Amino acid sequence: MIAFERVTKRFGPWTAVNDVSFTVGEGEFCVLIGPSGSGKSTLLKMVNRLVAQDAGAIRVAGEDIAGVAPEELRRRMGYVIQSVGLFPHWTVERNIATVPVLLGWPKGRVRDRVAELMDLLKLDPGRFRDAFPHQLSGGQQQRVGVARALAGDPPILLMDEPFSALDPITRDTLQGELANIHRQTRKTIVFVTHDMDEALRLADRIAVLEHGRLVQCATPRDILTRPARDIVRDLVGREEWGLKRLAVETVGDRARPADGTSAPPPGEPLPSAAPLRRALSEMVARGTDRLPVVDEHGRPAGVLHLADLVRP
Amino acid sequence: MIRNRVLFVLAAAAVAAAAALPFLSFAPNRLLSGRGVPLSAALDLPWGLALLPGGVLLAAPFLRPSRGVLAAGAAAAILFAAGLLWLAGHHAAHLGASASAAARASFGSGFWVMEAAALLAALDGVRRLGLAPAPRVAVGMGAALLMAAPLAAGHLDQLSILKEYASRRDVFADAVVRHGVIVAAALVPTLLVGVPLGVLAQRRRAVGRLVFPVLNVVQTIPSIALFGLLLAPLSALAGALPWLGISGVGLAPAVIALTLYSLLPIVRNTAAGLDGVPEPVRQAAHGMGMTPAQVFLRVDVPLALPVFLSGLRITLVQAVGLAAVAALIGAGGLGAIMFQGLFANALDLVLLGAVPVILLAVAVDASLRLVTAMIGAAVGAFRGRHPA
Amino acid sequence: MTGGVPRQNRGRGMGRGVAVLADRLVLAVLALAALVLGMPVLKPLFAALYPALDRPLYEGDSFLALTAGHLALVGLSGLTAAIVGVAAGIAVTRPAGAEFRGLIEAVVTAGQTFPPVAVLAVAVPVMGFGPEPALIALTLYALLPIVENTIAGLEGVPDAVLESARGLGMRPAEVLVRVELPLAAPVIIAGIRTAVVINVGTAAIASTVGAKTLGLPIIVGLNGANPAYVVQGAVVVAALAVVLDAGFDRLASRLSRWRRA
Repeated sequence: MIAFERVTKRFGPWTAVNDVSFTVGEGEFCVLIGPSGSGKSTLLKMVNRLVAQDAGAIRVAGEDIAGVAPEELRRRMGYVIQSVGLFPHWTVERNIATVPVLLGWPKGRVRDRVAELMDLLKLDPGRFRDAFPHQLSGGQQQRVGVARALAGDPPILLMDEPFSALDPITRDTLQGELANIHRQTRKTIVFVTHDMDEALRLADRIAVLEHGRLVQCATPRDILTRPARDIVRDLVGREEWGLKRLAVETVGDRARPADGTSAPPPGEPLPSAAPLRRALSEMVARGTDRLPVVDEHGRPAGVLHLADLVRP
Repeated sequence: MIRNRVLFVLAAAAVAAAAALPFLSFAPNRLLSGRGVPLSAALDLPWGLALLPGGVLLAAPFLRPSRGVLAAGAAAAILFAAGLLWLAGHHAAHLGASASAAARASFGSGFWVMEAAALLAALDGVRRLGLAPAPRVAVGMGAALLMAAPLAAGHLDQLSILKEYASRRDVFADAVVRHGVIVAAALVPTLLVGVPLGVLAQRRRAVGRLVFPVLNVVQTIPSIALFGLLLAPLSALAGALPWLGISGVGLAPAVIALTLYSLLPIVRNTAAGLDGVPEPVRQAAHGMGMTPAQVFLRVDVPLALPVFLSGLRITLVQAVGLAAVAALIGAGGLGAIMFQGLFANALDLVLLGAVPVILLAVAVDASLRLVTAMIGAAVGAFRGRHPA
Repeated sequence: MTGGVPRQNRGRGMGRGVAVLADRLVLAVLALAALVLGMPVLKPLFAALYPALDRPLYEGDSFLALTAGHLALVGLSGLTAAIVGVAAGIAVTRPAGAEFRGLIEAVVTAGQTFPPVAVLAVAVPVMGFGPEPALIALTLYALLPIVENTIAGLEGVPDAVLESARGLGMRPAEVLVRVELPLAAPVIIAGIRTAVVINVGTAAIASTVGAKTLGLPIIVGLNGANPAYVVQGAVVVAALAVVLDAGFDRLASRLSRWRRA
């Protein structure tokens, strides 16, 4: 869907992005991660031409973006930034409706779309539709920001550290909801962060950048099992490496199927989509080495044993 | 090709003015209107060489604006401005030499445009160089001295505005002094009332809520109206208490009105300055055992001073202008010369009054900015030695 | 100070009528209208206050005509300055015009130290007497706070908002019209307000250079030792200034209603 071909960007003597090439597949959730100054934000901003590359090409759906008018291009992509940037003089509804109005949608369709998105982002229309941004909390504002980015139903969503300024609880909630939205809508998402835990949780693939160069582009599992360089290891954090691996796999991946004979172990069951890390935490908390597992409909789906967690 | 668009626009304006607009205006006497004298007429050698720095200004827009080019451009602009002034004076004398004593030579519109373009070019060049305050002040003063030199040397004496000055030297001097007296006299009650009021307003919100709306309304009233409205009560007061020595016209209403107008900036900036003192600093001072008076003098005053001085600057600049209007109610000052010229259709007299008023306002503004900057630096040092 | 009655106090019917009257702006407009139209009615009052004068009421022109002349001068200069000034402010905050911004800001700041009365006076030697030089002087002087405030207002738009606007696909013109100007409007209006209030005063003084404004009774009164004329002119021009100031305050309030939600 998005192809970076030897993309380079310089600001005076300093090279922010250095000969980067990789592709993001359609429907893929790709996270760009790296330390400050690694060029990840710059790379993201080149996709919607907020920054112009000095060398190389970027292709979206096969088309070189340099040949498309910038505003045209941007209306086909959602854009969410850390500081949200809601229009303070517009209500939440008008903010969300920004791109549909720019695209000239009829009023009825716009209204419906706003309602749909407020529902998707769990914003109570009664409370928020006519509210102004300054009346909202940081988390609520960013929900509106995401809704606004999705309003035009763009195939691509660009997100530049959208949750980094929020408190940990809100961040966690929104990460979960974004993962859900991705599952439901299958949009191509390019997400910038400096938080490896966030990347490991959300990404289909992670692109690690350092000093403007692409160091590794791989799935979370591969990042954890086969880190290409020290920077990748450093980003993951050398301590708690094992626990991060546990965060990447789910209970469903390792649970043993119910064998019909023995009763399931006691205690509240764990959803099969839950990360293994949570399972370990539950086992320690409950003082047990087995947990019951249920699927997304709540039906029994097997048992998770402690021994299975540490199987390689 | 054009590397400095601002300089290009200014240079183009100057060239257009030199070609199309009159450099001087020469009239055989005060009653007839003058005929335009183009710059070309004044450019005979060797005197025309005074404008040689202008050549640098014509070339500079096409050169890359490095520090050297910018500095050369600014210097050339200042020299050109001074040279133009000198040339105007010289040519006026030349024209006057072969005409009667009643002949009038004054600056033409072309002169004003070229002079303005040159000074703006110098301003822009200095700004782009990004000089620190001290060198910037030095350059400003150097330019002012260079421009004042022909004036002081008597080179401009044949220009009509200076002929007016020559015939009214004492009146002019008295007017300047009187103008200063009006401003200074108003400053005393302003500070005596305004500063305590500002302190009070900062400490008690209720005082502010009462005082600021009133002062805001006063500020809205046009000055000439306030002068007029003071006429009646002051005349009545003067009639009732003649020993006060005041009357409805003259100094009394002028000082009272100026005080009323000056209160808002002083009260507002005193309150704002004190508001800006970080509470932790005050608390630390208390904690060190200072009495409230000591805290006020040693913490509040120094830290609030820059904002207060900014208000004082606004007040004084405003007062210079108001004092000029006060001439209408008989207060005297430079405004009297200005209005006398307007009523008598004597245009050089108008300039003799108005230009010094403008220069005075600009000088007051610049001096106070300098003082504020110096005190700001001292306060910064003070802050550095007494971190919160 | 918004000068309005708090929303919860606006009742219906009779109560609503009272609320409208208690509005500062409405009161000021009524007072001005009463003075302008009803000045001849006050003749006996002035005759009583100033028994020594044989002409207690200024009758050289009707106060309505003088007010109209005054408003024309202030209005025309204000409108012209607003259009040119806002355009200039927009121009220097765009990338193409950024080169001129420093100089414009310096000129605008320095220009505001020039006393308006002196600028008005200087217009005469340059352009002669009459309302035209006064108009030009007033327009030039009004430009200064308007340009300054337009630049400040546009600068005050948060970077995140501008980045979002561009990122969502608004063209530069759309960003300016839909986002920048609405957010900068209160500050720009404050600049226009400052310019207009100053110009009301300067326009009064413009009677000395041949313009027919509310300053005329004052000037004639001062020259002819007729304090009644002075008071009449002063009261009307003061009321006019208060009305315009309150009017702009109300406008700025309306434009930033969203802040108080």
